[in-house]
Amino acid sequence: MQHSPMHDGQRMTASEPILKIDNLRVEFRVAGLKEEVKVAVDGLSLTVNAGEVFGFLGPNGAGKTTTMNVLLGFVPPTSGSAYIFGTDVSQPIARQRIGYLPELTYYYRFLTPEELLRFYGRIFRIPKDQLEKRIDEVIKLVELEHARKRQIKTFSKGMQQRIGLAQAVLNNPDLLIFDEPTSGLDPIGRMKVREIIQRLKNEGKTVFFSSHEMGEVETVCDRVVIINQGKVREEGQVTDLLAKHQMNLEQIFLKLIGYQASV
Amino acid sequence: MMTNAMALAGVVVREMYRRKDFYVLLILTVIITLAMGSVNFFNDDKIVRYLKELCLLLIWISTLVMAISMAARQLPMERESRTIFPLLAKPISRGEVILGKFLGCWFACGLALLVFYVFFSVLTGVREHDLPVLSYFQAIWLHWMMLGIVTAMVILGSLIFAAPSSNATISFVVSAGILLLGRHLNKVALQMSEPSSTILYTIYYNIPHLEIFDVRDLIVHNQPPIEWGWWALATPYAAVYIAIFLFAACWIFKRKSLSA
Ligand SMILES: Nc1ncnc2c1ncn2[C@@H]1O[C@H](COP(=O)(O)OP(=O)(O)OP(=O)(O)O)[C@@H](O)[C@H]1O
Ligand SMILES: [Mg+2]
Repeated sequence: MQHSPMHDGQRMTASEPILKIDNLRVEFRVAGLKEEVKVAVDGLSLTVNAGEVFGFLGPNGAGKTTTMNVLLGFVPPTSGSAYIFGTDVSQPIARQRIGYLPELTYYYRFLTPEELLRFYGRIFRIPKDQLEKRIDEVIKLVELEHARKRQIKTFSKGMQQRIGLAQAVLNNPDLLIFDEPTSGLDPIGRMKVREIIQRLKNEGKTVFFSSHEMGEVETVCDRVVIINQGKVREEGQVTDLLAKHQMNLEQIFLKLIGYQASV
Repeated sequence: MMTNAMALAGVVVREMYRRKDFYVLLILTVIITLAMGSVNFFNDDKIVRYLKELCLLLIWISTLVMAISMAARQLPMERESRTIFPLLAKPISRGEVILGKFLGCWFACGLALLVFYVFFSVLTGVREHDLPVLSYFQAIWLHWMMLGIVTAMVILGSLIFAAPSSNATISFVVSAGILLLGRHLNKVALQMSEPSSTILYTIYYNIPHLEIFDVRDLIVHNQPPIEWGWWALATPYAAVYIAIFLFAACWIFKRKSLSA
């Protein structure tokens, strides 16, 4: 099941980053009165190493989702490059080893969680007997046992988000890319996500995720990058940043994006 | 490649039988046919023919509407509900997505056709005490091939036209136009002046001639089945058009930037 470029004799070594973004630029053409070019990501570079939990922070519209869309090959970069497991993302990448949780997604409304996961499991080529076991595991993990045979269209926002998490970890991936994993979840759900990320880290997985919850990021991340208007504003180990700025992550964030308290 | 496409096709078929549209079309066809049939109580030859003709016409319209509306909404729905993102993040290529969507719609059409023709067989069986199995088999098969061409065309259209509704409308007009006028275009062209004549000839020689898949007249008039050689030729003819449409769809889809 695990086919990876790492074993296929590529020039990948243990020290090489799992995820590498190099001077990435993404422009969108915005059709308006006159055609404008909107720069969503502007010269972004970063690396994520194996086993790290990496926080990808920035205000709304900073370019986080756009960057992730490039990583998964949904959007072609205007210039610059990005690599996952050492392979350029414009190549058919090693998706077998990636788990992806998109922001604001609805899953096939007329399927049940079981059916949805079975469908994704087939694409991952998980053998039938293993798949059923794995589905039980992930449904239990996101606490949807009571709803596993209900059509997804009857689900609440948080329940949809839980299915999203379940499908992201289904194939036991080495790299997880989460776009705002805790959005729409209640406090217990948020804690659960933190636990899941922690557990993935303990298993040696790499997690790259965006979030607006600074407290959460402070507790689970090894390293963070803060971007604004498509550009990196700050990057480093969480502990280093806290020591350097002498304030908590939320305050650092607000300072870096130029927020002045109005009261 | 086939595993991924078939997995996706399974989702499409499941969608068809969990949605209401198919049942609505089926019930409408049954009710209209039975209502017309109950008007007379004699087994007048003409009336039976008329009834068969009507029932087949309803089946053709229903399945065409179903095939077009189903194929037209597949990719736009994936974009709108954003299910395309978790899907493409998995080890599945965009080409496999197109193929899976096509196969799903086409299989769903096949299932619907079977149900419709079972009703038709019961109807004619009761009225004529006869069941020309071979003729019906030919008719269903050809009908299914025709829907395959239409489905592939609509999937291509869903990548070209922005709104699913305009795609569906244009596809319906084009399909119905070919079915009604396709075989006469060359005769019309003959009477035209240049350059419209050449243009019309070009159209005539390039469009998929959906009307050749239509053997309703033979069934209505209880004619023997068409020659099996011709019947067999119709399948590769359909396959060529399906392949052209699907390749074009893949080509466009592979180059599409998918954001928001
Ligand atoms: N398809 C598009 N066409 C035009 N502009 C776009 C498109 N997608 C994104 N943008 C623009 O790119 C910028 C970055 O958007 P992006 O979705 O990456 O932000 P984000 O960091 O994920 O924000 P949020 O925290 O709100 O999710 C925004 O200004 C947005 O308007
Ligand atoms: Mg976002």
